[in-house]
Amino acid sequence: MKSPNELQAAHGPHADWIPLLETATREVFELMLGCQLTLPSDHQDPEHDVTAMVGLAGQLCGVLSVRCDGKAAALMTSKMLGVELDKVGPDVSDALGEVCNMVAGNFKNKIAGLAEGCLLSPPTVITGSDYSLHSLAESPELEISLLFERMPLVVSLQIHS
Amino acid sequence: MPISALIVDDSSVMRKIVERSLRQAGIDLTKVFEAGNGAEALVVLRENAVDLILCDINMPVMDGLEFIKQLPTVANAKDVPVVMITTEGSESHVVEALSHGARGYIRKPFTAEQVKEHVVPVLGSKS
Repeated sequence: MKSPNELQAAHGPHADWIPLLETATREVFELMLGCQLTLPSDHQDPEHDVTAMVGLAGQLCGVLSVRCDGKAAALMTSKMLGVELDKVGPDVSDALGEVCNMVAGNFKNKIAGLAEGCLLSPPTVITGSDYSLHSLAESPELEISLLFERMPLVVSLQIHS
Repeated sequence: MPISALIVDDSSVMRKIVERSLRQAGIDLTKVFEAGNGAEALVVLRENAVDLILCDINMPVMDGLEFIKQLPTVANAKDVPVVMITTEGSESHVVEALSHGARGYIRKPFTAEQVKEHVVPVLGSKS
């Protein structure tokens, strides 16, 4: 039986990148946070209090984003730093930015030619949910939904060219 | 043998992760210095002696490749082993870093075991 992400991957010009994006994300969480991401039973659009974004430029131009709620971002920070959840301070934005940066880097390194021909911008992190993003490029978007400690996590890649 | 290390990364979270990974790898750290970019790292090195440098590549102000090029200008640091730790998987970055004296290259994401594999050999008898 296909997962929700695999079903979503059945369409679009870069559909075969969806499994690579999912693998890249899972590896970051396994190696750097010591936890396994799981699949949601259906596609969810979670409350996203925190959004981290990394730009890609070169052979692939676009934006990779990771979004989740504040509680999930704080727990990620706790796991990355190896400290108790109640000891997590102002590092949450830095931590989610690094997660996004590593997912973007790990993803591009899995695609032939992109490791060499695509550069990453420093991460940008938006806190709060009352915003909408508009791109001037009419571009396709790849999106995967996963669960981090049962909390929704969405990774998107907006492809500009 | 106890050693001192300089960790250079624009992310304070990543600097803490690298330090923790070194300790998990069994490296006895007596002192850890931190810098947010290559320029800050050169300042630290002019005033402090270290046994090991772990350095990111993509950083503002001065990136890791420029830092390693300028490292020989710091008299007491020119022989200190440098291991690059970065998300950049580009072969040209690896080649450039190694050609300027980097002794190892670790790609993020990484495990403490991978840090050990790359760092212990460059420390030689100090590890």
